[in-house]
Amino acid sequence: MSFYGLVDGSEKSLKTFLGQLSGVDQVGADARAAMLGTRSIKTTSKRWAIDMAISMVDLTTLEGADTPGKVRALCSKAVRPDPTDSTVPSVGAICVYNDMVAIARTQLDAIGGKNIPVAAVSTAFPSGRASMEVKIQDTQDAINAGAAEIDMVIDRGAFLAGNYGLVFDEIVKIREVCGDRAHLKVIFETGELVTYDNVRKASYLAMLAGADFIKTSTGKVAPAATPPVVLVMLEAVRDFYSMTQRRIGVKPAGGIRTTKDAMKQLVLVKETAGEEWLTPQLFRIGASALLNDLLMQRMKIADGYYASPNYVTID
Amino acid sequence: MATKKIARVEVKKTYKLFINGAFPRSESGRVFEVTSRKGEFIANPSLASRKDLRDAVTAARAAHSGWSKATAYNRGQILYRIAEMLEGRSEQFASEIALTSDVTPLKAAAIVSESIDRWVWYAGWSDKLQAISGGTNPVAGPYFNFSIAEPQGVIAIASSPSFLTFIDAIAAAVVSGNTTIVLVPGGLSVPAMSFAEVLATSDLPAGVINILTGSLDELAPWAASHMDIDGFDISGIEKKRRGALKEAGAENLKRIHAFDGKLSPTRIQAFMESKTVWHTVGV
Repeated sequence: MSFYGLVDGSEKSLKTFLGQLSGVDQVGADARAAMLGTRSIKTTSKRWAIDMAISMVDLTTLEGADTPGKVRALCSKAVRPDPTDSTVPSVGAICVYNDMVAIARTQLDAIGGKNIPVAAVSTAFPSGRASMEVKIQDTQDAINAGAAEIDMVIDRGAFLAGNYGLVFDEIVKIREVCGDRAHLKVIFETGELVTYDNVRKASYLAMLAGADFIKTSTGKVAPAATPPVVLVMLEAVRDFYSMTQRRIGVKPAGGIRTTKDAMKQLVLVKETAGEEWLTPQLFRIGASALLNDLLMQRMKIADGYYASPNYVTID
Repeated sequence: MATKKIARVEVKKTYKLFINGAFPRSESGRVFEVTSRKGEFIANPSLASRKDLRDAVTAARAAHSGWSKATAYNRGQILYRIAEMLEGRSEQFASEIALTSDVTPLKAAAIVSESIDRWVWYAGWSDKLQAISGGTNPVAGPYFNFSIAEPQGVIAIASSPSFLTFIDAIAAAVVSGNTTIVLVPGGLSVPAMSFAEVLATSDLPAGVINILTGSLDELAPWAASHMDIDGFDISGIEKKRRGALKEAGAENLKRIHAFDGKLSPTRIQAFMESKTVWHTVGV
């Protein structure tokens, strides 16, 4: 087997490849992300960025207390984020637990959201602690129920123990299950990987194994999608593109709550990976509270005065 | 060896804003100059921007649920505590007021005493408001019908330049359970920021009172149109500018009032609303 002609999938070849990657300059990455975060975005650019960010949101609900009613309400919001303003774009996707996929798909189809994909979190989300059979079945269930995107978690324990082969094989197997029917997003849980070096290694590991997207976090662990972590991942997809001519997407998730946070992410994308990545096909933001703040900022620009949370939905 | 005494260098205070229980500088980095009557430099308070106003509204909104649900007794106790802290620093307030406004030191001391007394007067209303504002209403049916007075929410205050009216406006707004953003003009900024230090040491929950120093002309229109502010005390705005603010506040039916400084519970009730509950009479 050969993956992009770079590794053959064996533990040894992975160790060799990941071992060659240069280490991340932590101070440099922090400083670069902080510097890009200070950029001021105003008027027409801001209006464009807000709409772009809305179309990139993976509107997410991943609570034990999720009910079919809540998922349906979220679907309505995904199609028409602001019911009073039809110029607001639909979001990028709905992201739910496995058992809610069918409910979300049916609801979206019924209310004119056929083009909005349903993403399912899979492979024993959020811990990833289950047997391979269970993880495959979990993924299969989600796809059968209508999921067009699979957000899988990696086995962080295996990764931190240095069992790269195990993590790689899992991603390859889930990739096979997805086939042509579903996009595969691989979640690292960067808060548990601790170092930027690990984030870089995990990024390459997932891309080599066939991920369509690499995703920072489950949203259950803090810190999550911090700007430097996203910077490291964006550098990885950029360099991977120059090696293989294949563009992999990036999805920061967790901790992005305000319009300002979202703008910072968009600046990171443009300045690191490039403008080609400024599309919902290659960049998504996993969030729930963010959408309301984006809508309030949009209202502020349209009306000329500050908006109130009383005029957006409580999710 | 003979020692020579070196003149001590005075440590000057950096004037900042008071938002969410902390003392941040203005996001804009701007300051303005406060001078004495004779034109001598006194301080450089922060010149708050509309972004600071927005942050303060967010803080006040977040604080509202806790402060309005605190028991009337608890609110009263915290307000009394603020009076205690004011009393302990009354000399400092008197000297700051004398320095920044056109009054003698004797008169300034009298203003401080009067302010503390008024604060206590308002604090006393916390557990008496329900008695004068709410009640049981007679209805023609087998129901109990109650009116319960509740605080409105987030109240902005454009303070007039005197310390006494500043204290009056805040006390009247917060005693019922509202949270506030106080816009403070000119020389009043100096005692107002000392008052913020009193608040910071009085167990007052963060965000209940936020103080922004700067220009009322700049900030008042943004406060008037802000959809997340429920009421606006415009006592400090000159009469010919009030109409425009009332128009801007119409979008979210903001209550906009100017007060004449008379001591009366109606001033507290101006930023309260009535919730009426119908309940069937049991068998």
